[in-house]
Order: sequence, then C-alpha cells, then structure tokens
Amino acid sequence: MSITVQIPTPLRRLTAGTASVACEAANLNELFTALDHKFPDLRPHLRDEAGEVRRFLNIYVNEEDIRFLGGAAYAFREGDEVLLVPSIAGGSL
Amino acid sequence: MRTSYELRCRECGKTFDNQPRSICEDCFSPLEVTYDYDTIKKQVSRELFASRPPNIWRYRELLPLPAEYQPSLPVGFTPLISAPRLGEKIGSRRLCIKNDAVCLPTLSFKDRVVAVALANARSFGFDTVACSSTGNLANSVAAQAAREGFKAWIFIPSDLEPAKILGTQVFGAELVRINGSYDHVNRLCSQIADEHPWGFVNVNLRPYYSEGSKTVGYEVAEQLGWRLPDNIVVPMAGGSLITKIKKAFDELILLGLVDPKPVRFFGAQASGCSPISTAIKQYSTEIEPQRPKTIARSLAIGNPADGHYAIQAITKSGGWSEDIADHEVVNAIQLLAASEGIFTETAGGVTVGTARKLIQQDRILPDETTVLCITGNGLKTTDVLADKYQAERPISAKLAEFEAYLAAKAEKHVPADPQSLPNTAAQTSSEVTARTFAAAANQVSLGA
Repeated sequence: MSITVQIPTPLRRLTAGTASVACEAANLNELFTALDHKFPDLRPHLRDEAGEVRRFLNIYVNEEDIRFLGGAAYAFREGDEVLLVPSIAGGSL
Repeated sequence: MRTSYELRCRECGKTFDNQPRSICEDCFSPLEVTYDYDTIKKQVSRELFASRPPNIWRYRELLPLPAEYQPSLPVGFTPLISAPRLGEKIGSRRLCIKNDAVCLPTLSFKDRVVAVALANARSFGFDTVACSSTGNLANSVAAQAAREGFKAWIFIPSDLEPAKILGTQVFGAELVRINGSYDHVNRLCSQIADEHPWGFVNVNLRPYYSEGSKTVGYEVAEQLGWRLPDNIVVPMAGGSLITKIKKAFDELILLGLVDPKPVRFFGAQASGCSPISTAIKQYSTEIEPQRPKTIARSLAIGNPADGHYAIQAITKSGGWSEDIADHEVVNAIQLLAASEGIFTETAGGVTVGTARKLIQQDRILPDETTVLCITGNGLKTTDVLADKYQAERPISAKLAEFEAYLAAKAEKHVPADPQSLPNTAAQTSSEVTARTFAAAANQVSLGA
C-alpha cells in the first residue's frame, strides 16, 4: 500500500530537509517501521522508549485524526496522505 | 533586569531561550515559560502590585514581557463579586464570580492571553498575527491587532455564531472560514504556521500567550484579600486555563504573597464535548478525542492539547470534573442572569450548571469559598436563547391599557424566571438565610 507522509518543519532537520515521503505500509506500525528505515534519526522523536507513539504527536489520515479511524488498527488505503502534526491546540480555555 | 524567563520543554526539560516556538524539537512536547523566581521574589510585593493601575500589567514581573514593552490597553482586572442569590439557588453560602464577561477590550477572558501574545509578537518582529479560534479569540486578536497596528489573519470553523463573525470582521481582520470543526482548523493552522512568517498567538506564540491566563489567578487571590479560595470551577476547552490558574496560585505561594493552602480545581465541560471530564470520571490519565456536538462552541475542542495536564491539575488537587447537557447550559445562563445580573455566553452556562451539579454531588460544600470563572459575554451567543423569550403584544401609551395588561398578567400567573424550573439544589439551600449571606459576603473582601 503506497501512502504519502508529510513531515512537519520541526522534524525536517532529521530527514535531510525532506518534506514529503512515499512509504509502503499497511498500518501505523508498518509505517513507523518504514520511517525508521528511511530516517533512523527520526525514531526517538516519534515514539518513546517504550515504543509508544509520543503523547503530543497527532497523526492524521486524509485530514482525519487516526484515532477516529481505529488508530493502530486502521488499514491504510492506496494513496492515503498521512500528516504528522504536533499537538499544540488550544484556541481556547 | 528583565528576561528572567525562558522557554523550557515540559517533558524533557530542554531550554530554548525566548523565540516563537511552542514545540520541543526533541520530543514534540509543549514548551512552557519558566521564570527565575529567586530574582522575582526580591522585586515583588502585595503593595507593589496594589500600587499599580488595576489591569493585568500590574503583575508584569510574573508575565513574559519584553523589557521595552509599553502596554496600551487596560486589559483585565475584572470584578470578583460575591453571588449570594445564585449561591442560594445552587446551594453555596460563599460563592464568588470572576466576571470576565466584562473583560476589555472584547468582553472575554481571551483579551488577557492575546495582550501577552501580541507584546511578544512585536519583539519577535512579526508584522502579522494570526490565530485559530472558536470565536472569542478571533474577536480579541482582531481588536488588539487593530489597536497595536498588526495585520491579522483569523481562522474559524464555518458554523460560528454570527455575532462572533461580525465581531471579528469589524476590526478589519482577514477572516477565513474553514469547513470542519475547531480541531480541523487548529491542525490546518499548525501547518500554515510552518509556511508563513506570522505570529500565530496559539501556535508559535502559544507559550507566551497561555501565560496571560495566569492573571485570572493573581486577580482572584488579590481580590480575595491575598487569599486563595477553597474551590475554583473553570470551563475547559483545550484545558489550558485551569492549569494556568493553578500555576498562578502555586507561584503566589512560592513568592510568599499568599499563605499556602490547598485549592481544589474543578473542570466544567458540555456533555457534547467532554473529553477531559470523561477521562476524569473514568479515572483515566489519557484523553480519548471526541467529535464535538454542543451549543457551547467556545468549548468545542474534541482533542484538547492540554487535556493531559488539566487532568493532572484537577486530580492532584482533590477536585473533579463534570459535564452538563445543552439544555442545562441554557438554563444556567438564564439562572445566572436572573440571579446576579450577569449575562454570560454558553461557556459560562457550562460553568454555572456544572458547579450546581458538583454541589449536588457534595463535591463542593456550601460553606467553602468557591469561585466560578465566567469567561465570556452572553451578547455573543444570543442565538441559544432565541426561543426562550417571547415579545409580548405591544400596548398603547395609556395608563388604563397598562392596568388592564397588568391585571391580565396577574390572572395568567406565569412564572417568568428560570429559577422556577425543577432544581433540587434550590431545596437544599432553602435553609440558607440572608443573615448567613451577609456574613459570608463580609468575609469575602472584594478589593478594587
């Protein structure tokens, strides 16, 4: 399954400036493994020591939060666009 | 002597000096402003703060402000009033309201955070400021940008209340409506902030912006006579305000400006968007995001960035969180208005209604000093009350007609006020006498 991952600016120093990368992955776990191979320096920034996705990293698939799509169980579809976005919300109170 | 503050990662502790940045480059965690409290302790006193004009800038040593910054607006220092009539109806003898429905310049608590954000936008060299907003922030950024001479770009969900849209456009800001929820708008803005050299108050300026919230805590303490309350009830959207009020109280204790005292923090949400209260009620430390569906649009954030920290602040304080249905929000808006003459927006209804629920649950006790944070003005969300009041048939300007009108009204005997709606708390508090209130009110010293 070929999907596209957008790398946010703060992490591009770890991807030699790459902003967008194509990956072969069926699910989130495979996606992280693929990214590990391509950009070994990226790994500790996406997952903590226990291998869990970092608390403040939000993952979107085609603009929807992956947690609404089943999270780690979500099966990527051909052409999915994945966004890695730091969680900085808070317009509000 | 200034810049006794810098950015530090809340999780890994890495420091970043001062720059427009909200995310740790190592672990993606949020950055927070930390201070050199040893230096500040030598500079500040109750008397110093009290000697300055009544606005947020009186606490400037405790805010991240560039040394050369000259404020141009008297933001904040809103009234803290005792609320005996509301207290009687919901079962509290020492109830106070912190009324940011009358905060200047745009009638919401957001004026505090925007003021601090724009002070820093200037020193970082931005000529354009921006935000994602559920409405109040949009109004405040637009107004203060006009006042301070910035260009403004404002991003909102397309379904916002008309008053909040008009109240942004009137200040000359560029308003971009996005099809989607606030969470979509916010995610887009974090991408835009990557591409455009703008000062997004709640993205790259967020650590500075959010420090402005602390002024609610400083003011409450000062207005209580430099004492902390027993309880404080705070509406939660992203979860930032409640954590910053806690930070403010902790700082006042650390600096010796108030006596140490446990304060219980209570978070209020609308049931249609309640990721933080749901987590707390399930004794979970993690947020499950929700798709918002509530009339309380200023609280409609389904994926609260500070939710994790809000949960910690609440549970460690011995507090709790509750949520109420939309019809209860409307009822609470009416109750506050008819009891105390304060017209709040939906978020304020959430706070009042949730406080009533917490009192009914005995989580807040009648003789404890309890502060409710009212954060916005009802004139911005009149649509939720549209079907609640009918305009009576007009009469001619004749005394006889008025007397007839009065007689007809007495015959119908229609109870006009919302307090007559079923409310178990009204009974529990009926034993509270006016005398007790007078005593309680006297003990709450309402400075300024």
